[in-house]
Amino acid sequence: MAKRIDIKDVNIYYGKFHAVDSVTLSVPPRSVTAFIGPSGCGKSTVLRSLNRMHEVTPGARVEGRVLLDGEDIYAPSVDPVEVRRTIGMVFQRPNPFPTMSIRDNVVAGLKLAGVRNRKKLDEVCERSLRGANLWEEVKDRLDRPGGGLSGGQQQRLCIARAIAVQPDVLLMDEPCSALDPISTLAIEDLITELKQDFTIVIVTHNMQQAARVSDQTAFFNLAGVGQPGRLVEVDDTEKIFSNPSQKATEDYISGRFG
Amino acid sequence: MRTALRPRAGSGGGSATAPHTPEGPISTPNIAQSRPVRRPGDRLFRGAAVGSGVFIVALISAIGLFLLLQAIPSLRANQVGFLTSGVWNTTSATDLQFGILYLLWVTVATSVLALALAMPISLGIALFLTHYAPRRLARPFAYVVDLLAAVPSIIFGLWGIKVLAPTLVPVAEWLNHNLGFIPLFAEGNVTIAGGGTVFTAGVVLAVMILPIITAVSREVFERTPREHIEGALALGATKWEMLRTTVLPFGKAGYVSAAMLGLGRALGETVALYLILSATTAVPELSFFDGGATIASKIALGAAEFNNPLTAGAYIAAGLVLFLLTFVVNALARAVVAGKKEYA
Repeated sequence: MAKRIDIKDVNIYYGKFHAVDSVTLSVPPRSVTAFIGPSGCGKSTVLRSLNRMHEVTPGARVEGRVLLDGEDIYAPSVDPVEVRRTIGMVFQRPNPFPTMSIRDNVVAGLKLAGVRNRKKLDEVCERSLRGANLWEEVKDRLDRPGGGLSGGQQQRLCIARAIAVQPDVLLMDEPCSALDPISTLAIEDLITELKQDFTIVIVTHNMQQAARVSDQTAFFNLAGVGQPGRLVEVDDTEKIFSNPSQKATEDYISGRFG
Repeated sequence: MRTALRPRAGSGGGSATAPHTPEGPISTPNIAQSRPVRRPGDRLFRGAAVGSGVFIVALISAIGLFLLLQAIPSLRANQVGFLTSGVWNTTSATDLQFGILYLLWVTVATSVLALALAMPISLGIALFLTHYAPRRLARPFAYVVDLLAAVPSIIFGLWGIKVLAPTLVPVAEWLNHNLGFIPLFAEGNVTIAGGGTVFTAGVVLAVMILPIITAVSREVFERTPREHIEGALALGATKWEMLRTTVLPFGKAGYVSAAMLGLGRALGETVALYLILSATTAVPELSFFDGGATIASKIALGAAEFNNPLTAGAYIAAGLVLFLLTFVVNALARAVVAGKKEYA
């Protein structure tokens, strides 16, 4: 549980297009790291390279090393399916499986891993929904479709689904961008609770959110039009938002730069 | 635009015009007169759309009514049970004998066999094209499958009886020899060596309905939302598990509809089966090695007898059954699709 991530000199490509240039950064266990930066700067791309989701896009590839507690997830012998089982992901738009009930959604990952024991599944279902602060709202309708919940509830359902498999790391790709402020607050509180158990990396466009939830913030930027995105700086969140060492970071967080 | 409209709004009579803020609503003289705006283009298009809707309903009703009216006199003159007999003897208008039973058997058997063969293959092709084939290959391959749908059915008929039937004879004999204890593979009412059997017809029909089922399924599978696919993969699903948890449930309704479209085509297919099936008056053995005719091919075979209204009515009655059958199939398909609506 809660492993450390070391990204070492990672370059990411879509076909011939060089999307992200040489990123090196470490994420300590049981902490929240936020990726911020303008659109198209490659922060989501970097996030998706951490569980090998990037390569699902045809033509996409990653060079460099991503170490999970010292083990390279891009080593030739590593099965990407196994990587994704230990590194959970929550997406920008809530994506519960529409044909599944709430319960089946939560335990979908376990079922994929071969768990069939009904009692165990029910246990995990309750624990995960409680973990995602959703249990009280849905405990009476676990057999109803997940798609019938509100957007914020769906996103918490997706978080429950991701934590049900007890991943080492939880990746969140703008998890609140499709939610209203109250649901956003609920998710942010949840993130603060979840970091007791998980290593969390979150991409966000909302700088207040980064400031509220994260311990460490990484600022990404584009070197220029058509240039690859790069990591400008990474530091304690407090320092990034009060006294960043790079001028570009200061310009961005103070709103002088789009 | 806005500035141009302002003076008009201001002159809108004594109506309570709200003071114009930049985002405020723009009142027009029409609103002041409290009459809804009717634009000629809207009316025209609405009329055309409603008219088309009414037209299609009227057309289907008219076809149904035509079949019924033409069939009733012949059904009255029928000397045997229309639904319970398999005899078909319409040479004498004074002693009409026509029963649908054997035709119905051959029609349903060929179509269901075709569906059973085509459905898994189409599913495989559709999944291959949408999720396995490299993009460069998928497009031309899909085009080839679509091309199969453009082949005229007479060509399928010729190919079926001249090429496929002889090729299938050993297969049919093997099935009959080894699985003959199952009634469906027992001896039929025509020779297996002749090839003009339900078995051959079913295989040809399967090839004919393959493109439509594949094309529709492919379109549906392609529309699986990306976030669902990624959601499954991010949970550690293998490719097959991803297909099973997202693409297949998402596409199931479309796939069933596609199969029903195929079944509709199979039920109504005429020319190919006219060429393939060996005619016989013998009682069917309810085997895949029966011959005979389907409702549609029987009607085609009887074209020479249409000059007499009573005789023609007998064929029209058969046509009515086919019409209703396709209706029932469609209704069933809709019921299947609607059954899980909550999860759609």
